[in-house]
Amino acid sequence: SGLQIFADRTEEFRKVNILMKVPALKDGSFTLAESIAILLYLARKFKTPDHWYPSDLQKRARVDEYLSWQHVNIRGKGSKLFLTKVLLPLLTGQPLPPEKLESVTEELNIVLNQFEEKFLQDKPFIAGSEVSLADLVALVELMQPVGAGYDLFEERPKLAEWRRQVEEAVGKQLFQEAHEGILNAKSLTADKIAPELLEHFKHQLLKQAS
Amino acid sequence: MALYRILEIYFHLRTKKRVEYKLHYLPGKKKIKNCCLTVLVVHDSDTEIPFLQDIWQHRTEEFRKVNILMKVPALKDGSFTLAESIAILLYLARKFKTPDHWYPSDLQKRARVDEYLSWQHVNIRGKGIWALCSGRVLLPLLTGQPLPPEKLESVTEELNIVLNQFEEKFLQDKPFIAGSEVSLADLVALVELMQPVGAGYDLFEERPKLAEWRRQVEEAVGKQLFQEAHEGILNAKSLTADKIAPELLEHFKHQLLKQAS
Repeated sequence: SGLQIFADRTEEFRKVNILMKVPALKDGSFTLAESIAILLYLARKFKTPDHWYPSDLQKRARVDEYLSWQHVNIRGKGSKLFLTKVLLPLLTGQPLPPEKLESVTEELNIVLNQFEEKFLQDKPFIAGSEVSLADLVALVELMQPVGAGYDLFEERPKLAEWRRQVEEAVGKQLFQEAHEGILNAKSLTADKIAPELLEHFKHQLLKQAS
Repeated sequence: MALYRILEIYFHLRTKKRVEYKLHYLPGKKKIKNCCLTVLVVHDSDTEIPFLQDIWQHRTEEFRKVNILMKVPALKDGSFTLAESIAILLYLARKFKTPDHWYPSDLQKRARVDEYLSWQHVNIRGKGIWALCSGRVLLPLLTGQPLPPEKLESVTEELNIVLNQFEEKFLQDKPFIAGSEVSLADLVALVELMQPVGAGYDLFEERPKLAEWRRQVEEAVGKQLFQEAHEGILNAKSLTADKIAPELLEHFKHQLLKQAS
């Protein structure tokens, strides 16, 4: 049925998603933005195994709860660290002031504590005993700071164990392939980044700073 | 013999009203007030069930058991606790099997609702609404100073950008976000958009499409119910620092300082 997933921003892409944001999905004439919405759509359409988005009311609520909370918290702080540590020096040509890095790292640590205390607790996965979309989304976001050179798993054995289990559930090789790009982020130089993307990040960073 | 259970839903209101409330429901007959200061109406009811007033829940140790993040709203259903307003809304919709249009079973309509609910966290809710409301109401309240005009202008401009995106991408030429029927997405959207109105910025004034959409959502929910739900927020302009619980004031101050850094 012609399902396409867009990961790049072009004029043609604009027809798919007027907000010009990736990822975006095109299924026939139906277009969809927002990674969470896309994941849920695909899970339902392809009737993936139940544990990804459990039909059990309370387990599903746990997944929804995390997917809602993470936007501002894990995703927000994780990407803030990535932007600050990797992109800011790239854009300004200046090394990063240590106190700036310290403060975004502290912000991330606060949400990591909340993640462990509230969302994981003593369960292997967010929804309970089986991996779900929530774990996937969480781990993908947490790989950003790792890609930026901040190994947040190092001093958090509970998180490290959770990561190991999610990777195993997804498949180690697939996981590795998916994260190749982000794990090489440290070696990024400005010339390797598409100009529009650079402009976009600059704009985001300035907004955050104001 | 009617069986009923107690569903405890904790909300907050930006004033000092402190009312403890528990919702009693009879399975199959319910009216539920949702956690975002508005109403999720379940239209299969022929019996009035007392519905929740907004309460100011003190952030106490007892509440911490309900939500370790110490945030409202939070739900407690028996021993099951849940945070995050979107998750709570979805849980209630499923549990009480609300009419389909609130969270449509149609794959693509549902995707539209999910899409909006995802996007709004950072965009409408985050930058737009909070920035403007804190700028217009809270900051002056806490500092005793009005917001500098250029700062006010810039937060208003940011809000306008997301409002344009909302109209262009999420509404387009449809009456509601998911299409021809109101859904949770419209409810969540409108509740957030009422906040700037409460802060004295009538964003509907120069946006006829938005104003029409608002009118239709209010009608779908029920005008009176909607009005009641927004009483507090619409009186926000007349807030003075003494009317706000000290812990809440402290909390907002803390949040504002964090944002400024």
